Amino acid sequence: MPTDTQRLEVRKTYKLYIGGAFPRSESGRSYVVNNAKGKFLANASQASRKDARDAVVAARKAFGGWHERTAYNRGQVLYRIAEVMEGRHQQFSLEVSQSEGLSISKARAVVDASIDRWVWYAGWADKLAQVVGSSNPVAGPYFDFSLPEATGVVAVLAPQDSSLLGLTSVIAPAIVSGNTVVAVSSFERPLPAVTLGEVMATSDVPGGVVNLLTGSASEIGPWLASHDDVNAIDLCGITSDDEARDLEIAAAGNLKRVRRPAEEDWSADQGLSRLTQYLELKTVWHPIGV
Amino acid sequence: MSRFEYAPAPESRAIVDIKSSYGLFVNGQFVEATDGKPFKTVSPASEEVLAEVSEAGPADVDKAVRAARKAFDKVWGPMSGKDRAKYLFRIARLIQERARELAVLESLDNGKPIRESRDVDIPLVAAHFFYYAGWADKLEYAGVGDDPQPWGVAGQVIPWNFPMLMLAWKIAPALAAGNTVVLKPAETTPLTALAFAEICQQADLPPGVVNIVTGAGRTGQALVEHPDVDKVAFTGSTAVGRAIAKSVAGTHKAVTLELGGKAANIVFEDAPIDQTIEGIVNGIFFNQGHVCCAGSRLLVQESVYDEVLARLKRRMGTLRVGDPLDKNTDIGAINSAAQLAKIRELSQVGEDEGAERWSPECELPANGYWFPPTVFTGVSQAHRIAREEIFGPVLSVLTFRTPAEAVEKANNTPFGLSAGIWTEKGSRILWMANQLRAGVVWANTFNRFDPTSPFGGYKESGYGREGGRHGLEAYLAH
Repeated sequence: MPTDTQRLEVRKTYKLYIGGAFPRSESGRSYVVNNAKGKFLANASQASRKDARDAVVAARKAFGGWHERTAYNRGQVLYRIAEVMEGRHQQFSLEVSQSEGLSISKARAVVDASIDRWVWYAGWADKLAQVVGSSNPVAGPYFDFSLPEATGVVAVLAPQDSSLLGLTSVIAPAIVSGNTVVAVSSFERPLPAVTLGEVMATSDVPGGVVNLLTGSASEIGPWLASHDDVNAIDLCGITSDDEARDLEIAAAGNLKRVRRPAEEDWSADQGLSRLTQYLELKTVWHPIGV
Repeated sequence: MSRFEYAPAPESRAIVDIKSSYGLFVNGQFVEATDGKPFKTVSPASEEVLAEVSEAGPADVDKAVRAARKAFDKVWGPMSGKDRAKYLFRIARLIQERARELAVLESLDNGKPIRESRDVDIPLVAAHFFYYAGWADKLEYAGVGDDPQPWGVAGQVIPWNFPMLMLAWKIAPALAAGNTVVLKPAETTPLTALAFAEICQQADLPPGVVNIVTGAGRTGQALVEHPDVDKVAFTGSTAVGRAIAKSVAGTHKAVTLELGGKAANIVFEDAPIDQTIEGIVNGIFFNQGHVCCAGSRLLVQESVYDEVLARLKRRMGTLRVGDPLDKNTDIGAINSAAQLAKIRELSQVGEDEGAERWSPECELPANGYWFPPTVFTGVSQAHRIAREEIFGPVLSVLTFRTPAEAVEKANNTPFGLSAGIWTEKGSRILWMANQLRAGVVWANTFNRFDPTSPFGGYKESGYGREGGRHGLEAYLAH
């Protein structure tokens, strides 16, 4: 009960983030999210197959505009995400602390690292083509060059353990090059993902570029893996070998680019591999002559 | 138009010495297959049996993979990059020395014109080995970190359309990166791969570094599914590529797939017309259209449609179909009876669905597998001949009015391997190149290949690149 000096807080409704809007699950389902000690935190929306499909439609619709933006512009938008996260530092720290059972000071360090990761990836936007593209000295009178280009819609089954830093580390490398993303958050630790969606909505990220679903990767994963309008899938949130194998088999239907689950240290510096995973290389030839 | 009469100008086949039968090349030796049966490889131009070849069974594949593993652990893995480079340079030189023989052998076994095997395939094979040889001692500059490592044993399965060139695309980067390989050539075109095995012997390449197992789909499956293969590389149909992607699911194997295509070749009204006609012909009739990146969907701007079609038909009338070993031949034999049946079937479907079929008058040899250069007009995007890969000398023609419509039609396919653009306007070329969802875009040219130039597809045309620094990356763990 509040006293005269203690204000009753306004709690947040945790919803999905699809196409720039915050719907509840079309299924009407929600599930209980507890903190690391088992105490009730919130009811999160439990995304369904149809929510995943809606998210893919939104992601596809956003793809053309996003990947045609200049690299400079995409870099600024990612940097803007970091700026807006900084303003919500306290909220993220509290949610990470509750979700992952970390002390508030350790949770703050995780949020610091997450924000810094957005900054790191933001800087890659206008350097990727120079680092991974090439001019090719073919044996003939042709100008021949290769440039990286986004592969399209990337489905991400985000890490189960690292609710914010892990999530950031799998979304940022996909969108910085112009892909759009449908991400399924950690099932037990979804709250930082929802708040990240709120950051996206206020950071000049066009609606549909990042779509965040809370719920079960095991339930939604197969629909994303077999979806013919998804170009790539990151399985890092799948903890069962059998499930990962089945998802990879489903992904073969339209030859998705698949990133298999692997041991990851989210606090370590990231290399280029997640960036290049979602890139296509396009080689262009033109004759040279007078 | 009166035709020039040509005297036949056949390349002599005396330069090749085809044995009556071949074993498998395992651990540096030709060995009998233990559990396989022999099969015959024929000349598609005459149906003459060229040789008997062993079909490797699972036990043979296992032996080859073991040999490759041992060579990787004991010899090739520990060897300095400098020495690996020198072996590859040696191989490149041996290929150049034996180029004429290899070209004739390729044309005999595959059916492609000697003009192409002599001037395109074999020179590119040597160039690929020469290019990747130079990478072997420079891997730390390949862009995958300071200490790049090979995967280990590579299992490679290649198609019949460019038998030795596809072998080079697979083996050269694999060996440069420090992997050892087991390669399965296509069932209908094993002979140049077996000649390559001899070249490995002449180069004193350590035993087990390269192993060649001949056979059909069953052999390929045994290789791809072998648990001790670390890296799978496949070029072929999207259907088989999909099956491979499924079979490696849940394993540690790295995979690259170079699959089918249905490339749009887009002609704008301001295109240089003579070059364009040659480009269209090269795009679809090069190698009998047995090219995954063939320009099989011609998109012509409406305003020049009549002129382009008239000129194209006139040019097609001058194409010479026949003996692959004749230096005058433009279009050789279809590679196999099965492929000929597929081309006939899809062409029939084209007619049944309402497209109009045209071929020039063209006398085809009595024996062997032949199909005349063919163009379909009145094709809609929904027609199967506009959607499926025919893999033969069959062109489907569609029209467009605006650049945006051209892009939409070009990208309306599950494939994304290549595309062509013909226009004099530079800014339009670059805009189109940006818009097209394809891995290789040829502007005012078509079907150009080079070892320095990465090649590979978007979407259902597969993943990974071959050629250039990017092709090397595919053989390095990262």
